[in-house]
Amino acid sequence: MSSAVDPLLVLVLLMNFLPLGTSRLRAAINATALQGVLLGVLTVLVHGGLAPRPALVAASVVAIKGAFIPWLLHRALRDASIRRETEPYVSFVASLLLGALALGAAVLFTDRLPLAPEHRGSLLVPASLATVLTGFLLLCTRRKAITQVVGYLVLENGVFIMGLTLHDAMPSLVEVGVLLDLLVATFVIGIVIGHLNRALASQDVASLDALKE
Amino acid sequence: MTVELALVLVPLLLAPAAALWPGGRGRAWLVPLGAAAHLSLVLVALEGPPPPAGAWLAIDPLGRVALPLVSGLFFVCSLYLPAYLAGQPDRPNRLFCAALLAFLAMMTLSIVSQHLGLLWVALEANTLASAPLLYFKQNPRSLEATWKYLLLGAIGIALALLGTFFLAYAGLQAGREGSLLTATLLIDAPRLSRPWLHTAFVLLLVGYGTKMGLAPMHTWKPDAYGEAPGLVGALLAGGLTTCAFLALLRFYQLCAVAGEGAFARELFVAMGLLSMAVAGVFMARQRDFKRMLAYSSVEHMGILLLGIGLGGLATFGALLHLVNNTLTKGVLFLAAANIHRSYGSKSLDEVSGALRRVPASGALFLGGFFAATGSPPFGHFLSEFTILRGAVATGRPGVAAAFLLLLFVVFVGMGGTVLAVAQGTPREPLPSSGYRDGPGTVGPAAALLLAELVLGVWVPPWLDQALRAAALFVETGR
Repeated sequence: MSSAVDPLLVLVLLMNFLPLGTSRLRAAINATALQGVLLGVLTVLVHGGLAPRPALVAASVVAIKGAFIPWLLHRALRDASIRRETEPYVSFVASLLLGALALGAAVLFTDRLPLAPEHRGSLLVPASLATVLTGFLLLCTRRKAITQVVGYLVLENGVFIMGLTLHDAMPSLVEVGVLLDLLVATFVIGIVIGHLNRALASQDVASLDALKE
Repeated sequence: MTVELALVLVPLLLAPAAALWPGGRGRAWLVPLGAAAHLSLVLVALEGPPPPAGAWLAIDPLGRVALPLVSGLFFVCSLYLPAYLAGQPDRPNRLFCAALLAFLAMMTLSIVSQHLGLLWVALEANTLASAPLLYFKQNPRSLEATWKYLLLGAIGIALALLGTFFLAYAGLQAGREGSLLTATLLIDAPRLSRPWLHTAFVLLLVGYGTKMGLAPMHTWKPDAYGEAPGLVGALLAGGLTTCAFLALLRFYQLCAVAGEGAFARELFVAMGLLSMAVAGVFMARQRDFKRMLAYSSVEHMGILLLGIGLGGLATFGALLHLVNNTLTKGVLFLAAANIHRSYGSKSLDEVSGALRRVPASGALFLGGFFAATGSPPFGHFLSEFTILRGAVATGRPGVAAAFLLLLFVVFVGMGGTVLAVAQGTPREPLPSSGYRDGPGTVGPAAALLLAELVLGVWVPPWLDQALRAAALFVETGR
C-alpha cells in the first residue's frame, strides 16, 4: 500500500465536514464530487500499481462519483432554483461538533477491532466508519431532499472505503455492485426529485407529511 | 445452463419483452405467462439433483421452502393483474409489467444465491425494481411513499453492504482466502474474528431488517403499503419480506455455527417483541385499512424473528409462520384492493358495510383478518401456538406471556378497523365506482385463503419435511 493513502484519507475526512458545516448546496455537492475523485485515486493506490482491473474500477468511480452524479445533482438544483439548506434540524455548528465526535468514535471503535497486519496503523477503517457516520448525520439532520441525497452519497463513500480493505478477497462482482448501486440509486432518486419538484412545488422533505398517523 | 440460472433469467428476459410489447391488454397477460413458466421451473428444480458444491446459485433447504412459496404467491397475484389493469385502462402499464417481472427475477436470485455479495446485489436490484411498482398511481401521495421507500431502502441496503464487508473481513482474519460463499463461510465460521462478526451481524440486522420492515426501521412500510396498488402490497408483504428474512437467516445461521448463537438470539427476541409492540400500538384506532395491513406485516415480521430467536421448536414454528404469512398477506391485500376500488377510498370515514356492497371481497377480508390474528382453524394458529410452545419449552415464560399479550392487543386493534370496514351499512349516497366482484378479482384471494385454511388443519408431509430440514439447516448449517 502506498504511503500516500493516509494523507488522501485525511482529505476525504476533511470533505466530510464541508456538507456538515455549510448551507450552500453547491459546495456540499462539490465536496462529495471531490470525495469521489479521491476514492478513485485511492483505489489505485491501495491496489498498489496500475493493474487493468483496479484501474478500470478507479476510472468508473471517478466518472460516476466524481462527475456524473454531481452533474445530475447540480442539474436538479438548477431546476428547483434553490441554493441553500435553510433551517436544518440541527444547526451547522452543532453538526460540525457532532461530526468531530463521530470521527473520534470511529477511531475508538477501530481500536477494538483486530486488524489484519497490513491495515494496522492505516486510516482506512476509521475513515470508513467516520464517513458512514457523517452520512447518517446528514441524513438525519437535513430537510432538503437534495441534502439528503448528498448525505446518502457520503454514507456510500464510507462503505466504499471499507470495501478497499478487501481488494484482494472481494470478487469484482461486489465492486461492480457498489458502482451499479450508486449509479442507479441516485439516478432514480434524482428523477424522483424532479417529480417531487413539479408535484409538490417544494423540495423540503418536511413538507412530505401527508402520510402520517 | 443450470435450472437455477434459468429461474432467474426467464422472468428477467421477459421484462424487456413486456416493456416492448405493443398492446396494454396483451402485456397484462404476459406477466401470468411468465409466472406460470417460473412456477413450473421451480417444481422441476425441486425434483432435480443437488447442485455441485461451490455453486453460486443453488437451492438449499431454506430455498426449498421459500422458492415455491414466493413463486406461488407471484403466480396467484399475477392472475389478479389482468382484471386489475382492465379497471385502469387509461394508465400506462408498460413500466409496471416490466418491473413486476424484474421484481420476480430479483426475488428468485436473492433466494437461490449462495454468495453473500450476489445476495446483496439481488436485494439492491429488488429495491430499484419495486420503485415503479409503488409509483404506479403517479399522484403526490404515491410519490411521497416512493421517496420514503427508496431513501430508507437505500440506507438499509448500504448498511447491509457494509455488514457484508465486515463479514468478509472477518473471513479474511480467519486466515483463509476470504470468500463470501456460504458453504465456505460455514466451514470457517468457528474461526471468524468475533468483534468483526458481531459488528457485521448488527449492521446486517439493521440493513436487511429495514427491508423486512422491523421496528424501529419500519417507518416506510405504512406509507408504501398504503399507497401501493393492493397487488404490489401483497408481493411486498408476502414476497420481498420473505426474501429479506431469508437473508437474515443466512447470517443468523453463520452466527449459530460460529458459536455466537446466543448473541444473535437475544437480539432477535428483543427486536421481535419490539416490532410486535409497535405494531400493536399503531394498529389501534387506525382509520386507513391499508396502513393497518402494513402494521400487521410489522407484527408478523416480529413474530418470525421472535420464533428464530427462541430456537428449537420455535424455529420450526417460525418457518411455518413464514408460509402462513405469505398466504395471508396475499388474501388481505388483494381483498383490500377490491374494497378500495369499490369505495374509491381506504379510510373508515367513507368505507363501511363491505360485506353488503362487495360481499365476496368483504368476506375474504374478514377471513384474512381471522387468519392473520391466529384464530383457529387457520394456519397461523398452528404456527403461533408452536412458537408459544417453543418459548415455554426453552424456559422463557416471560417471553411467552409477552407474546400472548401482544397477540391479544393486535387482535383487538386490528379487529376494530376490520369490523368497521366489513360490517354496518354502506353510507349513502355512494357513487358507483364501476367495480364489481368477479372471478378475476376474487378468485386469487379465495385460492390463497383456502390454502391457508388447509394448512391450519393439515400440513402436507412434503412441506413438513421441507420445514424440518430448513429448521435444522438454520440452526446447524447442515
